[in-house]
Amino acid sequence: MKLTRRILMGAAAGSFLLSSGAAMAQQTELTFWSWRQEDKAFYQDTIKKFQEKNPGITVKFETYAPENYQTILSTALAAGRGPDVIQVRAYGNLETVATPGYLLALDPQNVPELANFPEAALAAETLRSDGKVYAVPFAMQAQLVVYNKKIFKDNGVNPPKTWDELMTLAQALKAKNITPFANGTATAWQNETIVGGLLSSMLGKQFEADIVAGKANFTDPRFVGALTKLKDVGQYFSPNFTGVDYPSSQQLFVAGRAAMFAGGSYEVANFKNQNPTLDLGVFPAPVLKAGDQALIATYYDGGYAVNAKTEKKDAALKFVRYLATPEYGTAFTNTLKNLSPIKGIKIEDAITQEVAKLAENSMSYLMLVRFRYQEPSGSVLLQSNVQKMLAGQQTPEQAAAEINKGIATYYKPFQK
Amino acid sequence: MLVSRKQAPSLKRQLWVAFLVVPPIVFMSLFVVYPILSAFAYAFYDWQGLARGEFVGLRNFKEVLFGATMAPVVWNAFLHNVYALIALMIIQNGGGFLLAWLLYKEPFGFRFHRIAVFVPVVLSTIIVGFLWKLFLNPNFGIINQALYSLGLDALAKPWLGDSSTALGALILANAWHFVGFPTLVYLAGMQRIPPEIIEAARLDGTSEWQLLKNIVWPLVAPSTTILFTLLFIGAFNWFEIPYVMVGLDGSPFGTTDVLGLVFYRTAFGNQSASIQNFGMGSALATLLFLFIVVFASMLTLWLRRREIQF
Repeated sequence: MKLTRRILMGAAAGSFLLSSGAAMAQQTELTFWSWRQEDKAFYQDTIKKFQEKNPGITVKFETYAPENYQTILSTALAAGRGPDVIQVRAYGNLETVATPGYLLALDPQNVPELANFPEAALAAETLRSDGKVYAVPFAMQAQLVVYNKKIFKDNGVNPPKTWDELMTLAQALKAKNITPFANGTATAWQNETIVGGLLSSMLGKQFEADIVAGKANFTDPRFVGALTKLKDVGQYFSPNFTGVDYPSSQQLFVAGRAAMFAGGSYEVANFKNQNPTLDLGVFPAPVLKAGDQALIATYYDGGYAVNAKTEKKDAALKFVRYLATPEYGTAFTNTLKNLSPIKGIKIEDAITQEVAKLAENSMSYLMLVRFRYQEPSGSVLLQSNVQKMLAGQQTPEQAAAEINKGIATYYKPFQK
Repeated sequence: MLVSRKQAPSLKRQLWVAFLVVPPIVFMSLFVVYPILSAFAYAFYDWQGLARGEFVGLRNFKEVLFGATMAPVVWNAFLHNVYALIALMIIQNGGGFLLAWLLYKEPFGFRFHRIAVFVPVVLSTIIVGFLWKLFLNPNFGIINQALYSLGLDALAKPWLGDSSTALGALILANAWHFVGFPTLVYLAGMQRIPPEIIEAARLDGTSEWQLLKNIVWPLVAPSTTILFTLLFIGAFNWFEIPYVMVGLDGSPFGTTDVLGLVFYRTAFGNQSASIQNFGMGSALATLLFLFIVVFASMLTLWLRRREIQF
């Protein structure tokens, strides 16, 4: 009697577990949050491919406006909700979500595909306090100079190698009533991209190493010298450049009314979308004297992370692992024209290939990579002080001193 | 008997009143009072992103008012709020008063103008911000284009990029947007003045200026109380127009920064700063709230005293 009852109960419990297990296997639905509304079609396609390989897992892709994404995400995570898989940003922005423990730490055991990434890419998604990686990186960006090949050809000029060549070229274009640079400084963050695109070679890898080691600070002659050069080239920016905001400067370039745009590699795809007839090229920041190493400034945009509190950890990890494969990286790079940091991808687009090649010689996009963790952020300091310098309201020395003073409030090596 | 007969309808009435009053009270407590109180509480804690850390007492307040990093930013922004308040008081409320007087005298086409003046108020602030951003564009905006075509090239400027004109441009855009509101309120106030008072003054041969200064202005005091108080609150909560037209950073280099932008950047972070500091953001919001409550009350009391019954 007792035995039969036990058997019956066991059977019942077993079948219950089995059936619920089967139901689970059929219905694991992951939610995946992103701020890339414009890439929705690409992500839907990726999800389809993933689902074909992993029957039993479905992924729901949801997007939020980029300017509110961080706020919405943090609020959801703080309330103990939030998606299973999360597109997160990098560096300081990653820390605001990773520090409170909202993200699952990734390692070669749970994501063997981490081996597909270069060191610097993983560093962008690593929490400085515990040295653990929290996301699979998705894109490398570079600050460089984008140029209109047709305008260059029509005027018989070539991409400049040295700063002097750049100044001569800009002078020649301006004499022919062509705006040399589409850039404007009214949108604060554009000042940082301009510095990255135009000054990286003059600053140099050694300068970055010295800053990190605490052997130099921002009053260093290399930094002040580069800012002085930037102040010179300001005369070749778009007319009334202090009042020209980011969209206006983009339009100027897209309309073919300016020859160059100092800014992000991400602009290329955007420019091409708006005007497919544009023939574009890229070149690195000009060097001070011939023979110096030409550099671009690189950084990583963000990554794909797993919610630490998800109940569907295995499925979420499977999806994130898929997003770390060269197959995915190749599709990402060729569809979105943004360079995936995954090793061994095949790039179709000529300009993306060029960017990938230039990236072999690069320094960090300095303020974002190193000084966007505390207040006042190095980026904000650089943006406002360069803006002020280009408006003619302070000298390069003053700008450098202000930037240094701000960072010195929390960066120990500068306090000596 | 008598008592219960009296109580029956009053109970029913009380229930009816409760039915009408309780939902809005619950709603207000849940979505207004509770968030304000919790923001007040947040200000006393250390925050890691949106995760609450330890109790830190008044540290956030001290940091906001006297900290080496925050205080210069806060005081710089506060000063711009004060400028905006003074300028808007003159342009927006003063302009509204004069427009109301013109409309009150019912000039030709006053019905049309009465509506035209109010139309921008109805537009969304976001739309007005973008519109003015286009108007003020240095290279193809209509303002510079107009100046060029009049041969006044020297006056054309990168309005929003020039530190000497950017804040003024925002103030003008705001005044254009809202001038219809004080106009309407003053017009209503003027129409409340018994016409015989104004007629009597006219018969006595007062000049237009004396009429405005000695009769109309004192008699529209209740409108002034409302408008000045609202503008005071609005000027210190100013956010939308600066946010849309110059961005979160108070570009160029902090010359258009206002407390609303500082609060948003501090609490929610921006792309270039990465930091979200809810404690400091809440402390700033709390201080701003207390400042507005105290000064707005004082202002109201003072303005009330000069109102005249008639």
